[in-house]
Amino acid sequence: MNTSPVQFHASLAPEEANLGERERVAGAMRGFAREIGALSALRLEACVHCGMCADACHFYIATEDPQYTPVLKVEPFKQVFKREASAFAPMFRWFGLKAKITGKELERWQHLLYDSCNLCGRCSLMCPMGIDIAELIEQARRGMFEAGLAPKELYEKAAHQRRTGQPEPSEEPYRDKLLAIGRQFNVDIPLDKPKAQILLTVPRTDIEHYPAAVAALVRVMAHLKADCTFRSDGLIAENYGYYAGSRDWQREISRRLIDQAVACEAKVLIVPECGHAYTALRWEAAELIGKPLPFKVLHITEYLAEALEAGRLRLRPAQVGATAFHDPCQLVRKGGITAAPRQLMRAMGIEPRETVRHIGYNICCGGGGGVFDIERAAPLRHRVVEEKFHDIDQTGAQTFLTSCSDCRRTFDDGKQRFNWELTPGSLLELVAEQLQGG
Amino acid sequence: MDLVDFARGPALKAAFIIFILGIVWRIVNVLLLRHKRILSEPRRSVGAALLAGLKGTGSRSWPHPEFIKRTVTGEALGYSYHIGLFIVILLFAPHIIFFGSFIGARWPALPNSVVTIFAVITLTLFVAVLARRLGHPVLRRLSNFDDFFSWFVVALLLVSGLMATAHVGAPYHTILGLHILSFDLLLIWYPFGKLMHAFYIFPTRAVDGYVMTRKGAPS
Repeated sequence: MNTSPVQFHASLAPEEANLGERERVAGAMRGFAREIGALSALRLEACVHCGMCADACHFYIATEDPQYTPVLKVEPFKQVFKREASAFAPMFRWFGLKAKITGKELERWQHLLYDSCNLCGRCSLMCPMGIDIAELIEQARRGMFEAGLAPKELYEKAAHQRRTGQPEPSEEPYRDKLLAIGRQFNVDIPLDKPKAQILLTVPRTDIEHYPAAVAALVRVMAHLKADCTFRSDGLIAENYGYYAGSRDWQREISRRLIDQAVACEAKVLIVPECGHAYTALRWEAAELIGKPLPFKVLHITEYLAEALEAGRLRLRPAQVGATAFHDPCQLVRKGGITAAPRQLMRAMGIEPRETVRHIGYNICCGGGGGVFDIERAAPLRHRVVEEKFHDIDQTGAQTFLTSCSDCRRTFDDGKQRFNWELTPGSLLELVAEQLQGG
Repeated sequence: MDLVDFARGPALKAAFIIFILGIVWRIVNVLLLRHKRILSEPRRSVGAALLAGLKGTGSRSWPHPEFIKRTVTGEALGYSYHIGLFIVILLFAPHIIFFGSFIGARWPALPNSVVTIFAVITLTLFVAVLARRLGHPVLRRLSNFDDFFSWFVVALLLVSGLMATAHVGAPYHTILGLHILSFDLLLIWYPFGKLMHAFYIFPTRAVDGYVMTRKGAPS
């Protein structure tokens, strides 16, 4: 395989930069080894190098640069598997068919595994062999983390979230910010109730950038007379351990929320408008803690669609004109939430205009999976969002909605970059505005 | 013992043993690795997920309309040469006699001239596949020894077969010996390289269909 270098230098936190070559390689081997199992082996073995996954990846589509071929991003993981654990591993070593992995090589892959992948799973849908390439990339990130090669921004946010519960320092704790949002929007924030049926969580992106979405969540839950609470010790939905690729930190960050849900005897944990938080809690948390969760995990759109079906939620028609909706990758493609947002929109008299590449097959915002946080990835991310804007523009929509605050933030950033006409909006906020009798 | 006797005698036996043991070991090696426990609450029932997994083994064969514009060349080439190979391998009268002698069965053959035409087309497609692998930036970047050697082994079989049919290049008996030897080489290489995809494709598709449908996600 041609392993010509990617033109990026590794972005490392100080703790990572201190690692020597030997420690880096040993860490990667340890990390990859933990990820090798029957399922990953089957997937790694099955690839026939047809290259079709490139045609599904928005980073490749936007750039036509072959280094962004999804399965190529997995190469270090595959290299270690072939050399160390495959059926004919000695053959790969003796004949030099797979070279021993080096720290320098791993450094070159940082850009491919983190900056140019949203873990969105579009490549997995395309693969004619049925390989879940996105999951392999997620596993490869775990090896990179152990090698001390998670990008600085993700490493530092994950480390901070693990220690404190919030991904970055703030002038006032998020708990206080949450209460301030309640005062600003004149809503009563249910906080730290000892017992509640529902544990609410909040994206840090909403706290920092979209406080109206936080108020909308509270308003909707109050309208439904839901017995719910936020908990100061388990507030933030995002999981930077997941983005950075640390299995252990991801577990610890998830456990903070799980412990709070258990403490207040919640039957449901609601993930707000955040896609990757949904994946981390809904599909991965149980496996990381080694047992099923003692409560349900629902995305807010699922919860509201259930309320709609049960007749508990009634909405007024929204006069928003032609509307396009962006399905966050983690909710639709990896999470199976397709109907819920459309049920909500239809209940408000909105028939969404689907993009050419739509529902499970739509392309991403380009910012998910931690990419938005990586500073040097911005130019690449902009090329993807430009591609997405093109799809949205084709619908002729006047209103553009989504149900993930990270997607929304990526679109807002792209809007500024390209002077895009539409303003990305939150489906939850629109629902809160259209509550009947609210 | 002449070349043909050697090629279809001890060489074939040895190659077949390597083929079987290699395939078994490569599959067993995967099965022996740690199995992940899926503990998240499913959105769809186990039955629905299993059914979707089963369905996925076939439905993945049809490219989704969403992607076809970008992948049509690869899909068309892939399908065409696979079909060509199946026709040449399974519907050529001498091959039916050869394989039939091992399994004690016979099936109808296509006329030799028709199979020869298919063989020429398949070889042409094979050359196109190689040219595409060398010329397409993504494929060139992905390709390794396995991709080229696997191509070579199958192409050698096609070329030697056509030479034997056309009686060109060397005395028929010699070319036939070389053709059978190239088949032996294919059997030996099979478990080591990407040709093994024939054994992985259906389990991988089934697993993906199961896992994604369990989540209610598209697969």
